[in-house]
Amino acid sequence: MLAGAAALATAVALTACGAKTDAAGGSSDQAAKADTSGDTVKVGLLNSLSGTMAISEVTVRDSLKLAIEEINASGGVLGKQIKPVSEDGASDWPTFAEKASKLIKEDRVAATFGCWTSASRKAVKPVFEKNKSLLFYPVQYEGLEESPYIFYTGATTNQQIVPALDYLKSQGEKSIYLVGSDYVFPRTANKIIKAYAKANGMKVLGEDYAPLGSTEFSTIANKVKASKADAVFNTLNGDSNVAFFKEYKSAGLTAKSMPVVSVSIAEEEVKSIGSQYLAGQLTAWNYYQTTPGAANTEFVKAYKAEYGKDKPTSDPMEAAYTSVYLWKAMVEKAKSFDPEKVKAASDGITFDAPEGKVTVDGASQHIYKTARIGKIGTDGLIEQVWDSGKAIEPDPFLKGYDWASGLS
Amino acid sequence: MTVILGQTFTGISIGAVLLLIALGLSLTFGQMNVINMAHGEFIMAGAYTTYVLQKSISGAGLSLLVALPVAFLVAGALGALLEWVLIRRLYLRPLDTLLVTWGVSLMLQQLARDIFGAPNVQTRAPDLLTGNITVIGGADPLTCASSRLFILALAVAAVVALSLTLRLTSLGRRIRGVVQNRDLAEVSGISTSRVDRTAFFLGSGLAGVAGVALTLVGPIGPTMGTNIIIDAFLVIVVGGIGQLKGTVIVAFVLGAMQSVLEYSTTVSVAKVLVLVAIVAFLQWRPQGLYTLRTRSLV
Repeated sequence: MLAGAAALATAVALTACGAKTDAAGGSSDQAAKADTSGDTVKVGLLNSLSGTMAISEVTVRDSLKLAIEEINASGGVLGKQIKPVSEDGASDWPTFAEKASKLIKEDRVAATFGCWTSASRKAVKPVFEKNKSLLFYPVQYEGLEESPYIFYTGATTNQQIVPALDYLKSQGEKSIYLVGSDYVFPRTANKIIKAYAKANGMKVLGEDYAPLGSTEFSTIANKVKASKADAVFNTLNGDSNVAFFKEYKSAGLTAKSMPVVSVSIAEEEVKSIGSQYLAGQLTAWNYYQTTPGAANTEFVKAYKAEYGKDKPTSDPMEAAYTSVYLWKAMVEKAKSFDPEKVKAASDGITFDAPEGKVTVDGASQHIYKTARIGKIGTDGLIEQVWDSGKAIEPDPFLKGYDWASGLS
Repeated sequence: MTVILGQTFTGISIGAVLLLIALGLSLTFGQMNVINMAHGEFIMAGAYTTYVLQKSISGAGLSLLVALPVAFLVAGALGALLEWVLIRRLYLRPLDTLLVTWGVSLMLQQLARDIFGAPNVQTRAPDLLTGNITVIGGADPLTCASSRLFILALAVAAVVALSLTLRLTSLGRRIRGVVQNRDLAEVSGISTSRVDRTAFFLGSGLAGVAGVALTLVGPIGPTMGTNIIIDAFLVIVVGGIGQLKGTVIVAFVLGAMQSVLEYSTTVSVAKVLVLVAIVAFLQWRPQGLYTLRTRSLV
């Protein structure tokens, strides 16, 4: 028994050492230069391919690969073929940081695409900054952040949450109830929502957080019902949505009597939660599979041809796909893979994305995006009911809004 | 007023879920003194059984009805297997059962991940169970979720069935005999090893039924058992180990407490307050709400 324990301890210690050497391999202090000597250039794909986030992030990885294949087929970037190096962040933030470091130092990638949760982004941020390497982050997030080495191609709050609130206001909804998961994104988002409501004469009748992964929502549904709010703003993440919408329906609440607007439910999630619970409810994103336009028709067709007819496309997938093309355009404008030159060339880069034309704002390293409110249909797809008409300038710190002063 | 009634119903319904989860455990932990950490995974097995049946049987109502006995058998068989392979070697070492069954629970989780994939899945509830039933009509109606009523009925049926089995059948008499004095039962001609296995089969089978019920409220995933098992142990320990009556009462009391506190505070605060109340209660009554007068089994 004792000998066994000793052997186990040694084994654990050895594996730990092994991991450490791997992570620290390569040059450490100075910026790792991308390896572009051959006729290929490597890029990193950093997504959770296992663990709780895999359901969402695998689709992002797939659409990144699609963009890379398309670019390679049409001649590559600066005459070089792109070689993706895919790493599994395993829904575990320290693993994300370790893999980011591996991609930069060992694989010597020219840029990395990926991450989903704010926690994973916060974990890799110092790694990219220290190594002066670029990350393209494709998911909507809570804003109030900026990094010289991250390009944010998903929406920031003024391109998703604020337009969603504007929409509710325009529909005459005067009171809202906030339901969210208990972590950084919902709490920050709700802080912004409350500031908006205060300035716009909207009442916030209640605010409830459930632990991530929580599945007991009967009391929250009762509270929401008793509040008689006009609408619910939902920032729940992941599976909790299943339990919440089941309970919502059981409580007799409907999209007609009290609509729910969600910011983390896209086509993939609708499919897995079940459209029977969601039909008629609202979502806020920048892109839906149904978004009109030739670029989107092409994208949807290409994606389904590659991964299967029943696979929907969603907003984060589209933002990921777009980010590869934006990087390509930046590199071609800079005529170099060097991150500093790529960054310098980024301002004003445009791309005819599936969501419509997007433009890079070089100062904030976010992109101009059109906000879209959609209604979930019984077929699991989301139909647009409103859009902002034009691409909205990114404003991650909400400087353009008086009510938002003092938030960050 | 309707708010209070509505919350009372919610409390009862949370209690019913707790009760269903704890019921099987009260047999294996309470009566047989085995700390079975894999009990949560038997619940998961029941839930995945429902999922698989729904894929192969059309009609959500029919597949749910079929799932109840099948999940009972599947989880029960897993339990009996676990008992036969591992636990029977550990009956006098309750702490070792904890370690061994914890290992088994991790293996079962990984197995589920390999078979069904890491992302959680959902079942479609029958239309009859997705709506609600109006108890009091009017301008401010009181409604009860029909899925919750179904779970409540299921919990009551399971308690009645278990209690009748323990009281009236010869199997029940043999289980009680083994619990009270294993050696004496053995010399009286009772095959204690067979009784152990049957009791384990029943307790684990009840976990499977709980798993079917849980598919009506939330998602099905490899780790659903771990979230649940702690609540179940709390109910049993506070109720008094080995006491069906205590399990029933405590499940409903904790459910009611959770819902009342949640209504006036938040989910997390309510959880903390319930745990504080449990700790305080166990200071006052370390043996739990109800106890056998003698518990000298060994």
